Amino acid sequence: MIRPDQLLCPSPAGLYCPPGDFYIDPVRPVDRAVITHGHADHARAGHGTVLATPETLAIMAVRYGEEFTARRQSLGYGETTTINGVEVSFAPAGHVLGSAQAITTWKGMTIVCTGDYKRREDPTCPPFEPIPCHVFISEATFGLPVFVHPDTRGEIAKLLGSVQHNPDRAHLVGAYALGKAQRIITLLRLMGYDQPIYIHGALQRLCDLYEEHGVDLGELRPATIDAKDGPDGKKGGKQDFAGQVIIAPPSAIQDKWARRFPDPLPAFASGWMRVRQRARQRGVELPLIISDHADWTELTDTITEVNPEELWVTHGREEALVRWASLKGLKARPLSLVGYEDENE
Amino acid sequence: MQRFADLLDRLILTPSRNGKLRLMEDYFRAVPDPERGWAVAAITRDLDIRSVKPAMLREMTAERVDAELFALSYDYVGDLGETISLIWPGKRGANYQVSLTEVVETLNAMSRTEARGTVATWLDALDPTARWALIKLITGGLRIGVGARLVKQALANFGGKPIQDIEELWHGLAPPYTALFQWLEGKADKPENAMKAPFRPVMLAHAIEEADKPRIDLSENAFEWKWDGIRVQAVAEGGQTRLYSRTGDDISNAFPDLVESMEFDAAIDGELLVYDPAEPPFAVRPFNDLQQRLNRKTVTKAMLADYPAFIRAYDLLWHDGQDLRGLPFEERRALLERFIDTEKPARFDLSPTVSVKSWEHLAELRANPPLDAIEGLMLKKRSSVYVPGRPRGEWWKWKRQPFLIDAVLMYAQRGHGKRSSYYSDYTFGCWRQDENGTDELVPVGKAYHGFTDEELKRIDRYVRNNTIDRFGPVRSVRASKEEGLVLEIAFEGLARSKRHKSGVSMRFPRISRLRWDKPAADADRLETLEAMIPD
Ligand SMILES: [Zn+2]
Ligand SMILES: [Zn+2]
Repeated sequence: MIRPDQLLCPSPAGLYCPPGDFYIDPVRPVDRAVITHGHADHARAGHGTVLATPETLAIMAVRYGEEFTARRQSLGYGETTTINGVEVSFAPAGHVLGSAQAITTWKGMTIVCTGDYKRREDPTCPPFEPIPCHVFISEATFGLPVFVHPDTRGEIAKLLGSVQHNPDRAHLVGAYALGKAQRIITLLRLMGYDQPIYIHGALQRLCDLYEEHGVDLGELRPATIDAKDGPDGKKGGKQDFAGQVIIAPPSAIQDKWARRFPDPLPAFASGWMRVRQRARQRGVELPLIISDHADWTELTDTITEVNPEELWVTHGREEALVRWASLKGLKARPLSLVGYEDENE
Repeated sequence: MQRFADLLDRLILTPSRNGKLRLMEDYFRAVPDPERGWAVAAITRDLDIRSVKPAMLREMTAERVDAELFALSYDYVGDLGETISLIWPGKRGANYQVSLTEVVETLNAMSRTEARGTVATWLDALDPTARWALIKLITGGLRIGVGARLVKQALANFGGKPIQDIEELWHGLAPPYTALFQWLEGKADKPENAMKAPFRPVMLAHAIEEADKPRIDLSENAFEWKWDGIRVQAVAEGGQTRLYSRTGDDISNAFPDLVESMEFDAAIDGELLVYDPAEPPFAVRPFNDLQQRLNRKTVTKAMLADYPAFIRAYDLLWHDGQDLRGLPFEERRALLERFIDTEKPARFDLSPTVSVKSWEHLAELRANPPLDAIEGLMLKKRSSVYVPGRPRGEWWKWKRQPFLIDAVLMYAQRGHGKRSSYYSDYTFGCWRQDENGTDELVPVGKAYHGFTDEELKRIDRYVRNNTIDRFGPVRSVRASKEEGLVLEIAFEGLARSKRHKSGVSMRFPRISRLRWDKPAADADRLETLEAMIPD
């Protein structure tokens, strides 16, 4: 059988497939790209052909405009296509709407590239499916044993508790615009919160897109003070936002934008909130440890479950996961790819 | 433990004073005795708990976690206690939640080896937040930025009592403060303060504003200098001696020289100052010399010799078993004079009275005090009885004019809490010549108040529009001879400092005016500041 790096190998532009002549999640414009999901560091504009799930293609079109690529090739979960003799298919990754693991097979060798993934409840996308393979390429955003995220619904309950306890304060929840924001909204709904939820303008188009793909977000209203529909149904005044939930991109909750709300209570939904100092530095009063990435337990459990012959680690804290694998007697290597950020969380 | 941990966690992240008070009040309401009392002691750092060495916790963790994985994690998190709390594997099925009370009560009764096993069992069952709180508590590393004064205020709010009542009782109480909580909840009478040499809550003065002057009849008042030290209360009773700060903290340990000299039975209100050992007593040294003796863990012999402390007495509150606070100031003052004269306490002298004829005369004295160590004048109604707090119309203070300089804004940092979306903390600089003979700005201080909300908005806009660099929450702004925002800075004093690049440090700097009109090149030079340093 061939060596795995004959099928996929790291290169400056990203993970490259020599026989198929394509890249997975390239960080520079290339002729042919396979994109795992719509986050900006994985899905960039300017490639010749983009192969992705229909949802991911729609997300890219919303973010970059219809001209984001010369040619689109849509491939649903479970479907297979062949690129220059290399079989390519997608399986759900459970990360965000449309997120997929890219499965490549050539001459009997199968490599699964997870993109980003998680194993926890997410009403906005189908759950991660473990796929048997020779080489499993795992992300490692939270690849340190200190990252064990608590129960997600418990964190949502914290937010609801705070809203109840502070009816005079506007709750500003910082959440990444693609995925995290919509997941928080659906989880709030599942836990019985039926008030209108206010959203920052930057979230509008992605929330619309989620709705178009059948994700019910309940009643959303723009978080604009002078909008016609304030919380009281009349013209929105500052005080009308007291005791309301407002979702915004993380950068906005510490920005001038936040000043329009009454006594804003800054919250931030991110796996990074596990580390107290991170919350303090950002001036977060209510840290919500909610992540769209696998925590340490999910990473190690998933690798154990998939049980590959070899583990490649990318995207984040690679050394610790490689160390863990070597303690288990599993062959592992870091890919040291550059260009991916972990602040998108 | 879980509730205590959640309280600490929220206190750390809540910037506003009212928010912190509310969290503590809610906690006192929800948690029974003695747990809440131990929590109070833990936060005010009055908890005497047998400490566990961080090295031992590290060893215990090493038995459970791979060393390399631990090292990578510690490197990322940066705080040992937090790393251990997060990485500790926990035990499925371990569900015995230890209470704070049990931690306090059992740990002190254990041997080192026993403690090791028991702490491990506790850590197994707790969640990461509770583990973190437990580790901070038993390693003595609990720092959450809540002072004893704020806890006392929360207790006062909780029981609907004046904070002075709590301060007065405080040093006679011991954790877990069960009698105090019983009283605050209306279930028992106010506890008797059986302690000798108790603290008596302090009477304070109002600052004189222009509008107050017509309402003050100078002929009814006595006058004295306002000395630039720290306000204290020295109490000795039956051989027990204590020195209290004005909020009732016991600061005896920092001033053994003074405390040892207190061979009387009295409570004296006065100003703690440092005198020059080379001069006849008591030549007052500037505030900076007193600073040498504050916030030190140990008091060295050299420090005692170079910076000896004494008290300049303002008032006599209690003497030989008699509470004098109900007497008019005039009578207390006469008793104080007699006390100093007859008992001649070694490290005490009398704050001299000043005779004042008119407002003009008062203004002249204020503008030209005879010593650097004077920061203004005090007016005390001769009929005033001594009551805690700041009663209206009884005592007044008229501080000397602050020092003023013009400096250039150099860096701005984001504020906290309500101000977290504003650049509200400013570093400013003055001009000096660098080694090549060209002028450069050197930072001379930092200020984060003194401006109105409207001015804050304008400075914030200026900062955002004139940023040249960013480092985390800090922005560096344009500041050159041609461009820059000039700030008029008011401050109370200046001292030499080796820790500052400029060689000077300011006391209480604040922004007094924004000088949009003034060119940056015309801001003050470092030499001007140096000339203001008292020698
Ligand atoms: Zn992602
Ligand atoms: Zn990613």
